[in-house]
Amino acid sequence: MGQTIVEKIISHNVGRKVKPGDIVTVKADYVMLDDIMMPFIVSKFNEMGFSKVWDPTKVVIICDHMVPASQTDDIRAYHISCDFASKQGITNLHTSDGICHQLMTEAGYVKPGHVVFGTDSHTTTYGSVGAFSTGIGYTEMAAILGTGEVWMRVPSTIKININGTLAPNVMSKDVILKIIGDLTAAGATYKSLEFCGDTIDSMSQSSRTTMANMAIEAGAKCAVFTPDTKTALYCDIELDDFQSSLVGDEDAVYETVLNYKAEDFVPVMAVPSNVDHIVPISELKGIKVNQVFLGSCTNGRLEDLMEAAAILNGKHVAPYVKLIVTPASRKIYMEAMENGTINVLSKAGAIITHPSCGLCCGRTGGILTDDEVVVATNNRNFLGRMGTSKVKIYLASPKSAAATALAGVITEA
Amino acid sequence: MGKIFRFYKDVDTDQIIASQYLLFPTIDEMKEHTFESLDPEFATSVKPGDYVVADENFGCGSSREQAPSVLKALGVKAVVAKSFARIFYRNSINIGLPVIICKDLYDNVNAGDEMELNMEQGTITVGDKTFTCTSLPENLQKILDQGGLIASLNKED
Repeated sequence: MGQTIVEKIISHNVGRKVKPGDIVTVKADYVMLDDIMMPFIVSKFNEMGFSKVWDPTKVVIICDHMVPASQTDDIRAYHISCDFASKQGITNLHTSDGICHQLMTEAGYVKPGHVVFGTDSHTTTYGSVGAFSTGIGYTEMAAILGTGEVWMRVPSTIKININGTLAPNVMSKDVILKIIGDLTAAGATYKSLEFCGDTIDSMSQSSRTTMANMAIEAGAKCAVFTPDTKTALYCDIELDDFQSSLVGDEDAVYETVLNYKAEDFVPVMAVPSNVDHIVPISELKGIKVNQVFLGSCTNGRLEDLMEAAAILNGKHVAPYVKLIVTPASRKIYMEAMENGTINVLSKAGAIITHPSCGLCCGRTGGILTDDEVVVATNNRNFLGRMGTSKVKIYLASPKSAAATALAGVITEA
Repeated sequence: MGKIFRFYKDVDTDQIIASQYLLFPTIDEMKEHTFESLDPEFATSVKPGDYVVADENFGCGSSREQAPSVLKALGVKAVVAKSFARIFYRNSINIGLPVIICKDLYDNVNAGDEMELNMEQGTITVGDKTFTCTSLPENLQKILDQGGLIASLNKED
């Protein structure tokens, strides 16, 4: 009997053929620890009586939620992160290079076939390069730091097959939002999402990353894509035999197969305050906005900034509307400077911020107040996520966000 | 007996404890802000031994372990929902907060009702009604009984 991609990855990790429902103990190829959880991870690590991490080369610590600090509490997390790295001999420390989920692949850590855990729910992102990766809590992370291992249940898989050509104003964000709407916020809980089809094949690595990032919004444990030549180029590797085998087998057993025609997708938004409440933009036109946010680990990559810049080029955002642009990493920021994208966005009136989680986690970078409306390219529109609980958050693609910033009202690109 | 605090479906961890409080030095300082956006009175009115009852997918969203931790710190005896999000469920077991799946309870009780949970028997009693709930797998029940992952690990040593 054949296997799905996630079954192949876990089988390779544990050294025997696994099937959905099996409880296995896996070894972590990498773990990702973010600043906001560091004080708690370190405290639990000490409480468990560990003194050394199992392998400092496999631990990556990333300060992204709270750099630079906007509240005095934030500074403590920064110091704890740096001190722990120094004491443990962890050199994979990023204090201001960008968002964890961007850096884990961009900085060369995660490769196809890896098993990775992170103290953030959007750790599903690395499935875009064909890795198994998922979010855990800080107590569990402390246990992995001490042992290098964790138990998990092998998930069953939902296969999502998309074929055809997307319309020019439709981005992978619209695709994943529509799929989350269909699955619902709990529809993929405990499961792996496996994306395939010629629409996926022709997507950029960046677009696939947007989709893997958002899989958790349907409750998924992970989301995986088959690594191909684009993945190999991005990861700066040649795929070995195992990595090349990460394709869902013809005779693999899938819990469900969902088939989509690319031509059926339209620009959509997730409307307040559920990520699975998806509405075509054609039904939202004209809603006045106060702010537009272009950034995050979902849609803060060069491709996203360039798509927005193409729409904003030579124009200016609407009066009274703030457009906040937060590149996902320092590398992206520099590339966007060098190719003129930052220039175009800035001339159009955008406020360009330092690379970080920024507004997405609601601690810095443009929080809002009662009855304000924001169109944002990140992954969550939960109540109170970006300011008070009466802020209305609409989630959209970079193209729709740019078009909305120009018009000052919700608009399709 | 404990009082029921009733919440709807897809309650995310941002609503249980918002991100601006995540770095308070201790869970005890954080717990005053539990469910602040949904029920600002919750933290002051909940008593040790009370229950949180919810619809589907309780605890979705962010991986923050502070969410089950503040509920436990306030003395919530168990969360009973139709279903749980994966990370919240795992975190709860790891810190020793009982998370109980019961498909029928939510639709048949009101906020403020008094309920009794019997985890060994897998039953919940509200007035003259009795509901069956799913018992935990043995390995998870063991972690829970020992007070969470840390206590359980220490015991193994």
